[in-house]
Amino acid sequence: MEKILDIRDLHVSFKTFGGEVQAVRGVNLELYRGETLAIVGESGCGKSVTANSIMRLIPTPPGEIKDGSILFKGQDMTQLSDKEVRKIRGVDISMIFQDPMTALNPTLTVGDQLTEGLRQHRSISRKEADKQAMEMLTLVGIPNPVERMKQYPHEFSGGMRQRIVIAMALICDPELLIADEPTTALDVTIQAQILQLFQKIQKQTGVSIILITHDLGVVAKIADRIAVMYAGKVIETGTRKEIFYTPQHPYTRGLLHSVPRLDQKGEKLIPIDGTPPDLFSPPEGCPFAARCPMAMEVCTKVYPFHSKLSRTHDVDCWLQDERAKKYMASTY
Amino acid sequence: MAKYILKRFIYMIVTVFIIATLTFFLMNLLPGSPFNEERTTNEAVQRNLEAHYHLDEPLVVQYVLYLKSIVTLDFGPSIKQPTETVNSLLGRGFPISAELGIWTILIALISGVALGVFAALKHNGVIDYIAMTIAVLGISIPNFVLATLLIQQLAVNLGVLPAATWSSPQHMVLPIVALATGPMAIIARLTRSSMLETLTQDYIKMARAKGLSPAKIIVKHALKNALMPVVTILGTLLAGVLTGTFVIEKIFAIPGMGKYFVEGINQRDYPVIMGTTVFYSAFLVLMLFLVDIAYGILDPRIKLHKEGGK
Ligand SMILES: Nc1ncnc2c1ncn2[C@@H]1O[C@H](COP(=O)(O)OP(=O)(O)OP(=O)(O)O)[C@@H](O)[C@H]1O
Ligand code: SF4
Ligand SMILES: [Mg+2]
Repeated sequence: MEKILDIRDLHVSFKTFGGEVQAVRGVNLELYRGETLAIVGESGCGKSVTANSIMRLIPTPPGEIKDGSILFKGQDMTQLSDKEVRKIRGVDISMIFQDPMTALNPTLTVGDQLTEGLRQHRSISRKEADKQAMEMLTLVGIPNPVERMKQYPHEFSGGMRQRIVIAMALICDPELLIADEPTTALDVTIQAQILQLFQKIQKQTGVSIILITHDLGVVAKIADRIAVMYAGKVIETGTRKEIFYTPQHPYTRGLLHSVPRLDQKGEKLIPIDGTPPDLFSPPEGCPFAARCPMAMEVCTKVYPFHSKLSRTHDVDCWLQDERAKKYMASTY
Repeated sequence: MAKYILKRFIYMIVTVFIIATLTFFLMNLLPGSPFNEERTTNEAVQRNLEAHYHLDEPLVVQYVLYLKSIVTLDFGPSIKQPTETVNSLLGRGFPISAELGIWTILIALISGVALGVFAALKHNGVIDYIAMTIAVLGISIPNFVLATLLIQQLAVNLGVLPAATWSSPQHMVLPIVALATGPMAIIARLTRSSMLETLTQDYIKMARAKGLSPAKIIVKHALKNALMPVVTILGTLLAGVLTGTFVIEKIFAIPGMGKYFVEGINQRDYPVIMGTTVFYSAFLVLMLFLVDIAYGILDPRIKLHKEGGK
């Protein structure tokens, strides 16, 4: 399978009055054509910063990509000029944001906002752009596109608006779609519909999707692979099966425990105790050590090695070390 | 739309009526009358004059006559300048005052918005600090102080611009600058903060994610939204400029409406006071109405086009 995106050792920091926030600290991620990768993790772990970096949407200042590379189809996004990046934005890579209520400009018609990307990047007539926009509205499930094009965002419900945002993102037929919590602001029934829409679109267009969420229920439905982030690092990646059935990192296990499950009556949501570390001066060792029930002495001192458990399953945890395994085996 | 406009129009009429009524009774509370300082007029002449201007009638009758004059748009003759009617004074003064006012608003708007946008784009940079320093000064210096300073420096000391009257474009520079600086500063500050706020909105990020150029994002996506608060305060600013014209016209000896208004009050020239006040308030209310409509056009969430409206 073709690797469409390859993020290597990405570091992103923000300069603030309190000091430098190291929001992303050496993220490695890859994405293959046509797959859906979910990025999960607690609030503040750097999911959005990672996603925004791909499109170079980090506000600079205060933010800065300090180190690393983001190879999109072989070219390094971090090295491109602003102008070159603009040719990729909205055309090859598109983005969908969390809150559909604020992602649309209230003073411009939906039609205008849908077609402006097309007209910017492709030299086509207004009529042709309108036609394509209406087809796109139909694809995302908005009836009466002719009238809807002339309406303003406030004339649509939240779910409808998210459909419009999706249509906007897809209009130039991108190869990569990044959706940053696209369903968080919607109510549950609408969430399911939007997820179905993603699946339908992926089937039709073959677009690769990065889906950011902290809702594991969403992940279970549509992700092919999952990357778990913690304190600015990806601490475990694997296929959906690997992560859900054989999670290795104690943090991943904790996350899975904190999902309310419908099939087990009465089981309560168990959040992981404690809070993530301060990203102004992140700990030297494993960032999860302070909260980890399995933490060993080495964990607080040295960041764990990267272990490959299968072709697809990677984890950063000292428990994978032979010595730890032996010790465990001898004590239990 | 039509229904909304009609509704607003009725409000306008009611507002002007209330202002007119208040003016009438307040004016009658003013001590003195048009004739009492002229000791030379004898009793008979004075009574004659009062009868001529219906000043001997009961207040209610005068009030009705006054309302009639408003409805017929004929405010009658001036008492103090018997050769003039109030309408002829207004006809002469209004174009001059309007010229001063329109230039002031235009210049305040254009330079204020430009300054605010630049300051926001160069947020915390040198341009920002300079622009905001100008703005703070502009807001804190009253227009009559600025007017005297300008006359002193540019007209008297340097002699580059004429100090008074309204006879050529050069004559218009100082009064307009004096009157426009305050509103410009207010607009600049408001535009800056509103622009900064707008630039953090998700739809701006979305526009960037679409690959639009920075210029397009600012002009098409940010400016319209950022100007919304500016449009809302435009009514208040207009009122300020309007009252400002009284002072500025006086300082620069400009023969506008303000001059007749102030003279009218000083001389208890009742028809002039009433005529100019009604005219001013009708004008202001009309402007506020236009601002409202402009706001509705800018912001589609205000449903002018639908039945009822806000
Ligand atoms: N513009 C910014 N200025 C300063 N710090 C920032 C900025 N944007 C993000 N950060 C910091 O970067 C860290 C990661 O933020 P990010 O938005 O990526 O979290 P997230 O994983 O997307 O969380 P959430 O689930 O809440 O969206 C946070 O600690 C945040 O405070
Ligand atoms: S490295 Fe140590 S502290 Fe970190 S998750 Fe593994 S066991 Fe826990
Ligand atoms: Mg986020």
